[in-house]
Amino acid sequence: MAFNYDKYLRVNKMPTLWCWGCGDGVILKATIRAIEKMGWDMDNVCVISGIGCSGRFSSYINCNTIHTTHGRTIAYATGVKLANPGVNVIVVAGDGDSLAIGGNHTIHGCRRNIDLNFILINNFIYGLTNSQISPTTPQGMWCVSAQNGNIDPTFNACNLAIGAGASFVARESMIDPKKLEKILVKGFSHKGFSFIEVNSNCHINLGRKNKMNSAMENLAWIDSITMPVKKWEALSPEEQLNKLPTGVLREVEQAEYCDLYDMVIAAAQGKRGKITQDDFAKKI
Amino acid sequence: MAREVIGNGNELAAEAAIDAGAMFFSGYPITPSSEVMHVASDLLPEIGGKFIQMEDEIGGIAAALGASMTGVKSFTATSGPGISLKAEQIGLGFIAEVPLVIINVMRGGPSTGLPTRVSQADIGQAQYPTHGDYASITLCAGSLSECYTETVRGFNLAEKYMTPVFVLLDETIGHMHGKAILPDLEEVKASIVNRATFDGPIDEYKPYKVPMNKPAVINKMFQGYRHHVTGLHHGDEGFPTEDAVQCEFNIERLVGKINTVAKENDGLDDLPDYEEYMLEDAEVCLIAYGSIGLGAYEAVQKLRAEGIKAGMFRPIMLWPSPAKRIAEIGAKFKDKIFITELNMGQYTKEIERIIKRDDFTTLFKANGRPIAPAEMVAKVKEMM
Repeated sequence: MAFNYDKYLRVNKMPTLWCWGCGDGVILKATIRAIEKMGWDMDNVCVISGIGCSGRFSSYINCNTIHTTHGRTIAYATGVKLANPGVNVIVVAGDGDSLAIGGNHTIHGCRRNIDLNFILINNFIYGLTNSQISPTTPQGMWCVSAQNGNIDPTFNACNLAIGAGASFVARESMIDPKKLEKILVKGFSHKGFSFIEVNSNCHINLGRKNKMNSAMENLAWIDSITMPVKKWEALSPEEQLNKLPTGVLREVEQAEYCDLYDMVIAAAQGKRGKITQDDFAKKI
Repeated sequence: MAREVIGNGNELAAEAAIDAGAMFFSGYPITPSSEVMHVASDLLPEIGGKFIQMEDEIGGIAAALGASMTGVKSFTATSGPGISLKAEQIGLGFIAEVPLVIINVMRGGPSTGLPTRVSQADIGQAQYPTHGDYASITLCAGSLSECYTETVRGFNLAEKYMTPVFVLLDETIGHMHGKAILPDLEEVKASIVNRATFDGPIDEYKPYKVPMNKPAVINKMFQGYRHHVTGLHHGDEGFPTEDAVQCEFNIERLVGKINTVAKENDGLDDLPDYEEYMLEDAEVCLIAYGSIGLGAYEAVQKLRAEGIKAGMFRPIMLWPSPAKRIAEIGAKFKDKIFITELNMGQYTKEIERIIKRDDFTTLFKANGRPIAPAEMVAKVKEMM
């Protein structure tokens, strides 16, 4: 039986505002399928997005949704989750949103390990504002704000998340939606900050100006720069430089922030002693 | 029974927030407001509430707005530089109609300015903290007791009008330590206002479908009534729109639900928007607010002792201003009005706008020092 997306979509908001062939729609569908797999009650789900093409994501899913300001998704989501630890929160943000203007919230969300499901849609460009360089735009590509070619070095978003302490870090592209769905389910099932980078296409504002005129050409490029992490590990350091590993890159059990806050409540209410360094295995 | 307590203004404001029903605080350390955060971190978990120190000022207000969007009463505290950083998020609070109390303990500016010294130079910022059109509610505490009562009032106004509300303290009053008389706790609890909710059929839930000059009716999240929150212009259900008629209505309603309502009802609630001290038989009117009001009481007494019949008018709700009463004072005292502020005349401009004259005597100071009663007395004597 065909999957019934209508149950999860705000059907009267269709069609989406995204360009024809945009990967965001594939990610939206994979997210919905992952939510179905999780069996979540949509009254108990909050989807939060920022600004940019991915900002519209929240308005299409039929649940409690918040379209925040540019770069601040994780900060708003932290308030939503900490005030309501029992609910499931999905945060969707673009590469500009989460790595440029909102970079600080991204690293601190990872550090706190609060139970948010963070989907970073990385299309390597500022698409909505017509093709300015983002922190993931490869050097040498042409953008309207780099008329002579981009010289800015790129962020490796997953390395950043691992360095900042996220307890679940994964990368996938939207080329294989079934694989993406599986990764999303893994991330949603993980307790703690789940950082999921999803590589996506923007053939309109990245591709067109960089010899990838169609969605297919843009996707072929993404395919050419990604490979499963197991294969990637076998590469030489020089070869690794130009490939992004996909799959689960880090998955560890780590105390979740709302759970830790329960310790604070217990201490404040005299149900336990003050929190000390003895409560933590990691002392520094 | 009224309570006698000892504390500083910042602590009393934080305690008031808890008594007013706050269950969430997020913020970022900044002098001279940090004691609000300290007390919140201590008291909130005692009642099962949540406190979080965020990574920056923007995160500090964003998390509080996020919590409030779900229906949890929230507050944050900061000082001028923090308000500047929070400005964009405050705008989301205005347009999406999210109740929030923002305590600003004012220090000298602009920029880093005078971090540990007093100022009242964020009065204009409180009126228009962010881009776009809206109306702001701003309360200004003039005593330790008012640090408590005006914070409680701030929560009630935020919930009633579905908007961020500023509670202004200044460094002097925030750090002033002493006795405060607080209202009976049961009385405070009985005065608490909670945001209106819609309890009709779920498919008829349209949070922003409200008449002109009325606040949105937004239910708590996670209880079956789903809605969309956005900083974009939106229609009845909260979804983005660029419809010209709708956008015009949105802005007129955002401004009208505060400014028009205040004008028509002579205020936004039944509490005093100003205090008058020995003004009845006065020949000269001193106008001061916040901690400078404390000096003005003494100046009035000194002037009276010297045979000059002085009185004081002290606005408490700065925005929307108590315009009707200010106009009456203008008519009664003509040019025998003395205005003193710890800035270069930010509220004087509002008084001039209302009275439509600018021949008042003024005493402004913007060097981080308070204005002594003797300075006020000398200036008033010059004008008499």
